[in-house]
Amino acid sequence: MNINFTLIAQAIAFAVLIWFTVKFVWPPLLNAIETRQKEIADGLAAASEGRNSLEVAAKKSEVTLNEAKQRASEIIGQAEKRGSQIVEEAKGAAKTEGDRILAGAKAEIEQEVNRAKEGLRAQVSALAIAGAEKILRKEIDGKAHSDMLSKLAAEL
Amino acid sequence: MATEHAEHVQQALTPSSYIEHHLSFNAHPFNESAGFWTLHVDTFVMSVALGLIVMGLVWLVARKATSGVPSKGQAFVELTFGFIDDQVKNIFHGNRHSFIAPTALTVFLWVFAMNSMDFLPVDWVAGIVSFFGGEHAKWRAVPTSDINTTFALALSVWILMIFFSIKVKGLGGWIHELFCSPFGSKIWVWPANFLFNLIEYVSKPLSHSLRLFGNMYAGEVIFLLLGLWAATGVSGTIFGAILGAGWSIFHILIVALQAFIFMMLTVVYLAMAHESH
Repeated sequence: MNINFTLIAQAIAFAVLIWFTVKFVWPPLLNAIETRQKEIADGLAAASEGRNSLEVAAKKSEVTLNEAKQRASEIIGQAEKRGSQIVEEAKGAAKTEGDRILAGAKAEIEQEVNRAKEGLRAQVSALAIAGAEKILRKEIDGKAHSDMLSKLAAEL
Repeated sequence: MATEHAEHVQQALTPSSYIEHHLSFNAHPFNESAGFWTLHVDTFVMSVALGLIVMGLVWLVARKATSGVPSKGQAFVELTFGFIDDQVKNIFHGNRHSFIAPTALTVFLWVFAMNSMDFLPVDWVAGIVSFFGGEHAKWRAVPTSDINTTFALALSVWILMIFFSIKVKGLGGWIHELFCSPFGSKIWVWPANFLFNLIEYVSKPLSHSLRLFGNMYAGEVIFLLLGLWAATGVSGTIFGAILGAGWSIFHILIVALQAFIFMMLTVVYLAMAHESH
């Protein structure tokens, strides 16, 4: 146990080893580790950001889906209403058209009846006058009596 | 040298000669008088080789480090890196990446590797060395059980401590701190302050180095004592082996813990040097 030159030799070896580590060993390790730490931190940040945006997107899609459903049911409701409305309208239109055709037919029939009546009346009065003329040729003033008879015919 | 060899050969293998053999260094004096100018070849070769192997392996991984999916080797190195970096971050609040954290990594891995040499069976090491270097070649495999190693590390840290003190606070600031802390700047407490700081500056490297040295040296001695049991026969060998295995397992804790403590003290001392009082 004596102090000798070994001390100095060991101190030099120590100095060289420290220099070697400071220069060649520590920096690449530090660099690799710090780069990896940064990459991991970035990755984690990106992952949580992605998770957030996924949540937002899910919420948004749910809202949109609900809106779409509501809109669809609205449209269906409107369509149903519109359909029944059209059916009602068609029914109404058909009924009025039918009524109108019926009324036209009735009016025509009445007209025909009236015309027949007119014809008959005229013929009846002419027949009556002719009969009366034949029976009452002499004493009866044809003109005055035909007036009277035509009045009578009008009253029929 | 020849006579010395002859002496050793004639010497019977006694417990004390066994322990003495395992606890003496492969010393290489540079001149006749030896003394200070001696190099412990075993300590130096082992520590430099371990430093090159450990930091070289880490460098091989670091060179190809990717920020993508790491290989198993890189993951292991990164675990060590993160462990050291966390410790340093808690103690030192400055730009740790430029010097202190890499130094902590070096200290931890190197000291851990050197401490781990305690797990090599002492007699196997001795056997291999005597195969190459003659029967009585000496080789101590644990560099941290050499006071020179631990003291070299502690003194280097100590010099760095003073360097950073002066760098951060300026020479004037450092001298001011020597005299004016911890008791205040009144002139009559200057001697007390200075004495206090002097004791602190002396005790720091001593406790730093002797703690590691003491633990590793004691661990080695216990391995040697357990190894001695093999000399008492078969039952002694079996018990020695069982207890040796037990001590090895416990020693894993000591090896790791002492490396960790040495690293932590290094960081604490260097961090303290950055703080102004």
